[in-house]
Amino acid sequence: MTDEPNIIAFCCHYCAFTAADLAGTMRRQYPTNIRIVRLPCSGKVDVNLILQAFLDGADGVMVGACEPGGCHFIQGNLRARKRVDYAKRLLAEVGISPERLEMYYIAASQGPLFAQRATEFTERIKQLNAEAAAQAEEVAQEASGEAT
Amino acid sequence: MSEEALKSGSRLEKVLTSGQFAVTAELGPPKSADVEAIKQKAGYLNGVVDAVNITDNQTAIVRMSSIGAGVLAREAGLEPVVQVTCRDRNRLAIQSDLLGAYALGIRNVLCLTGDHQCFGNHPASRNVFDVDSIQLIQMLKDMRDDKVFASGEEIRNTKKAPIVEPRFFIGAAANPFGDPFAFRVIRLAKKVKAGVDFIQTQCIYDMDRFKQWMEAVRNRGLHDEVFILAGVTPLKSVRMAEYMRDNVAGLTVPEHLIERLAKAEVPRDEGEKIAVEQMQELREMPGISGIHIMAIEAEKSVAGLVEKAGLLPRPQVA
Amino acid sequence: MIVAERKPFDEVYDFARRHAKVLVLGCGTCVTVCMAGGEKEVGILANQIRLAARERHDTIEVAEHTIERQCDREFFDEAVSRKIHEADAVISMGCGVGVQYCVECFTEAIVYPALNTKFFGATIEQGEWAERCGGCGECRLDLFGGVCPVARCSKHLLNGPCGGSSDGKCEVDPENTDCAWQLIYDRMERLGRLEELEDVIPAKDWRSDRDGGPRKVTREDVKL
Repeated sequence: MTDEPNIIAFCCHYCAFTAADLAGTMRRQYPTNIRIVRLPCSGKVDVNLILQAFLDGADGVMVGACEPGGCHFIQGNLRARKRVDYAKRLLAEVGISPERLEMYYIAASQGPLFAQRATEFTERIKQLNAEAAAQAEEVAQEASGEAT
Repeated sequence: MSEEALKSGSRLEKVLTSGQFAVTAELGPPKSADVEAIKQKAGYLNGVVDAVNITDNQTAIVRMSSIGAGVLAREAGLEPVVQVTCRDRNRLAIQSDLLGAYALGIRNVLCLTGDHQCFGNHPASRNVFDVDSIQLIQMLKDMRDDKVFASGEEIRNTKKAPIVEPRFFIGAAANPFGDPFAFRVIRLAKKVKAGVDFIQTQCIYDMDRFKQWMEAVRNRGLHDEVFILAGVTPLKSVRMAEYMRDNVAGLTVPEHLIERLAKAEVPRDEGEKIAVEQMQELREMPGISGIHIMAIEAEKSVAGLVEKAGLLPRPQVA
Repeated sequence: MIVAERKPFDEVYDFARRHAKVLVLGCGTCVTVCMAGGEKEVGILANQIRLAARERHDTIEVAEHTIERQCDREFFDEAVSRKIHEADAVISMGCGVGVQYCVECFTEAIVYPALNTKFFGATIEQGEWAERCGGCGECRLDLFGGVCPVARCSKHLLNGPCGGSSDGKCEVDPENTDCAWQLIYDRMERLGRLEELEDVIPAKDWRSDRDGGPRKVTREDVKL
């Protein structure tokens, strides 16, 4: 595992995606390892889409949605909220920390907020990766200790 | 009334049919095979009441069987009313057990639906409810009056053997406080139609609602067809009153009673005082043939209550 | 429809880890409608198994397939037959009927249940299903205004409510369960048929229910 984590950001076209664009225009730095997937609405986020992202190598998945009351499709973001909560449970069941999945409300005008959230989330995933690596090493040492 | 005309010949039946005001109490069997526990409780009740209900795995908690404990209570000088619920046994088991109970001298049976097992100490068990309480009444009546089992078969060993049917004085419960309220009288009417001889009600705290129910009962003339014994449970504390109000479905404890308990120096004494007042009021109520005292795990207090209510001595019957 | 619910993941994963290659087999009928074992749920479970295998360093190959109905032989076509033969075991997301019928159609296959089959029910709203029929084999909904006390009363009482009916709710689960007898009473009142509730309904003949042994329906006229 490299130091730079793979992060997928599912972003609603009407808010977080525009905010990410704005962050770029405003020359606000955010980690380059985030890959943005544009969706017509955060409500397009399906539980299995999230699982597939992890299966295909993501270390973390963030979902960028409109603030409550601000969904272009009225309540797509609220549905996304429930699905993200459910997906967190499914991840916990298979032994992946639910912390690796997060949903953020980011309005189209909040370029700096997108940059901030992206940075925070990347730090969180780095931390989780470091913890996981340390744990794996501990297990490996114990195993080799038992062997000798 | 001659012995011939009696249905079962039980003491309770004789007291009621002779027009005397009956008093019954409740004896909860032990949660073990402890015989002494029954003897002790029986000692508190002997001579104080006409008959004693022996509960059947009450609130779905396993206890000594009501028939076994009933026989022991009988040996200790009491007349048992064996309670039978529909929760734990099918029609085969109930009929078989009651043949045994009758053979051992039991004469009164109270037919109950039974509390759901989720409230007891074996919530994972399966329930039966092969018959309901009304069908159970009908079954016992058919056994007694038509001398047939639920299947229609005659109660005899062989075609030539004599018919030896169990002759029970058949009781049932009534809950005047459950919902739908309007159905409560219909349900009593159905029990009467099925052949019940006496009714013991759920414990009464909300006297106004009980009066309303009794009025509906009298309007239908049901009190002339069945003996109604009004249920009384003395409150021991504010906590108990609130527990009954909040946790027993369909049971209301009026605020003024809780206030009385709260203000009292010794709530237990005040609770008994309330119970005695209720008993006196119920005694005067048209259509009420007796009192059923359910002093939960407080059999010792029954004698005092009955005495204070002016219901001692109990009548002697032949 | 038959309503089912997915088993806890650990239980299903324990089946999967016994084999190198499993087929997660969905059913396109009842369990698709109640969102327990349709194509979508097959995808989720298959991915969960793959992710768990990766996390736990197990090697499990997972295939996915969904057929129209697992309770009908004609839907076990060549495609699914090939996939079943290619796999070491099948994790069926059909109801209990589907799992068993899969075994009957592929007697050599090892088939595990991924669902807990619950009841015959209706969709109350999306995401909520409730029991309506107990399959007792002798329908008497005519007597009760169209509300079944056998399936919907916690004690399946036929002659009226027990003392545990309060404010229209059943004391067994007052938060979620209506008292069937309150529903029956209200319905009969609306129909002007309250007096019918005074009839004593005799004890039910349970032979038509499971008490009579496993049941079967035969129609000679439609047999091929």
